Amino acid sequence: MDGDEAAEVTPTDEQRGALVAVLADTLGDGLVESHLEPGVDVWVRVTSDAWVDAGRVLRDRCGMAYFDFLSAIDWLPSPYGRDMDAQVDASLAESLSAEEAGETVTTYETGVAGGETRFQLLARVHDPVGHLGITIKADLAGEFPQADSWTPIYPGADWHEREAWEMFGITFRGHPNQVHLYLPSQFEGNPLRKDYPLLARRVKPWPGIVDVELMPGEDADDEDGTEAEGVES
Amino acid sequence: MTALGDTRQLAYIAGQASDARVNVEIETEGMTLNIGPQHPATHGTLRVIVKLDGERVVAAEPVMGYMHRGYEKLSEVRTYPQVTTLVNRIDWLGSFANEVPFILAAERLMEVEAPPRARWIRTALFELSRIANVVLFLGDMGVQLGAVTPVFFAFRDREFVLNQIEAVTGGRFHPNFDRIGGLKDDLPKGWIEETKGVLGRIRRFCDEMEDLVTGNEIFQARTRGIGVIPADVGLAYGLSGANIRASGVDWDLRRDGGVGLVHDQLDWKVWTHPDGDSFARYWVRLQEVREACDIVEQVLDGIPSGPVMAKVPRIIKVPAGEAYVETENPLGVMGYYVVSKGDLVPYRVKIRSASFNNISITPWLLEGTYVPDVISILASLYFILGDIDR
Repeated sequence: MDGDEAAEVTPTDEQRGALVAVLADTLGDGLVESHLEPGVDVWVRVTSDAWVDAGRVLRDRCGMAYFDFLSAIDWLPSPYGRDMDAQVDASLAESLSAEEAGETVTTYETGVAGGETRFQLLARVHDPVGHLGITIKADLAGEFPQADSWTPIYPGADWHEREAWEMFGITFRGHPNQVHLYLPSQFEGNPLRKDYPLLARRVKPWPGIVDVELMPGEDADDEDGTEAEGVES
Repeated sequence: MTALGDTRQLAYIAGQASDARVNVEIETEGMTLNIGPQHPATHGTLRVIVKLDGERVVAAEPVMGYMHRGYEKLSEVRTYPQVTTLVNRIDWLGSFANEVPFILAAERLMEVEAPPRARWIRTALFELSRIANVVLFLGDMGVQLGAVTPVFFAFRDREFVLNQIEAVTGGRFHPNFDRIGGLKDDLPKGWIEETKGVLGRIRRFCDEMEDLVTGNEIFQARTRGIGVIPADVGLAYGLSGANIRASGVDWDLRRDGGVGLVHDQLDWKVWTHPDGDSFARYWVRLQEVREACDIVEQVLDGIPSGPVMAKVPRIIKVPAGEAYVETENPLGVMGYYVVSKGDLVPYRVKIRSASFNNISITPWLLEGTYVPDVISILASLYFILGDIDR
């Protein structure tokens, strides 16, 4: 356990704080929010207009030479609720299904570093010398949002943006080759959107039930532990 | 380790250059060559469309999706413990290693920590997965260049490693053994001694490869100075693992990442090579297998006693939050960005797999190379299709 703590010291929180300060300094209003989880990680959220600038600042001024990944998150609560689950799963999740009963949503419950829109860009870059990573998000407005491409900054973003385009329907302005990556070229729809049904589950109910095997050294009548409480988002 | 300055190398380059001149003089018409999806060099179904001018590649475009299984979507309808079954099948040659970053991400969100014994055993299995995975690369690299013997040796010796993984987990390729908060079971009796014997075999295998392949003249001619990736290009494309270390970047998440495993308590070394060519990638991997043997040996000697499972709720609900955990897997950096809304199932899982980034450099890298080198370069980048398509 102490080994874990010792390893966490290398990328210090001061470095992470300095990173956010540089971004705040150069982007101004472009930086909307930042979140620092001490000893763990750092997130920033920028406006979609500042997306490319943020990437450039991170690469040129913060030493983030390493492109990790680029993707997106769809914050729409699934209109399908949990009806695709087996009865066992559904009964376990009854408290959740009530609030997901399919009302029209205007505000989205988003995660770390906040957010206002349904779609959020998500990318991560890394400093291979200072051993520091940062997750960067950007709100994207609209049903079929547009964003500026990162390919001029990180050529590795090419395929990631093609994937985000076909999976979420986000168009990247300035992308050299915006065509399907995984899916056939005639494919319609954006599978990773929350309102895209998982057809396998519609056709056949999920046979799997929640694994309730006993952990080693645990009694059958042992109730749920209490460790898993209260992590702030 | 003289690389580009080698006279033999210069002669080879001169030969290629004169070939190119001939091609220009003859003005051959452009041709499109389709490699794959069924090709022995692709470990699955990667298709590469190359446009040729004579023997020279003008443009290369990999076509993926033949094995896309949609794990990111499927993860959204599975409970956290069920996700490990899916992620086992991403890099199927080093499957235990796939489970580790996901479990670590879930543990971080739940603020659970596996007990020390579990973390040591995890590290041993993690490194055994690396051995099982990379040993096959060492054999396969020879096959792509016309030497068949190494791959038989590789399959022969990998079997012993798989036996050890199976003895602990019950699965040769899909262990599904890592749990949030620890491991499913403890080690079987006598396993530590047996594993030490297997490590001896793997070390001998590495020596055999050194004798058979590394010094071979044809192998050297076909790999040295071929497919050179400069460090800055590699970083911008997100290359990782031995591919980036072969370009001289001294970066290994086992040393620099600082997540839940115990590499920081062991004595080992990160290998790099300055050349960035196919040979460097092969050479770094060969050293890494040896290093992995040393790591496993140290782990086996140091496993503390105690439980292998922390106290966790029987039905796992992960508190709302987001976590990104990446580890240095056999193929490179593998990470999971897990978004939880306090549910039984993850809200979103972004799987950052190593081969996807490693292969995204191919259009840039293959341009200007020669057809036979396409195969050796692809082999030296070492990808698993499941790790690209997910």
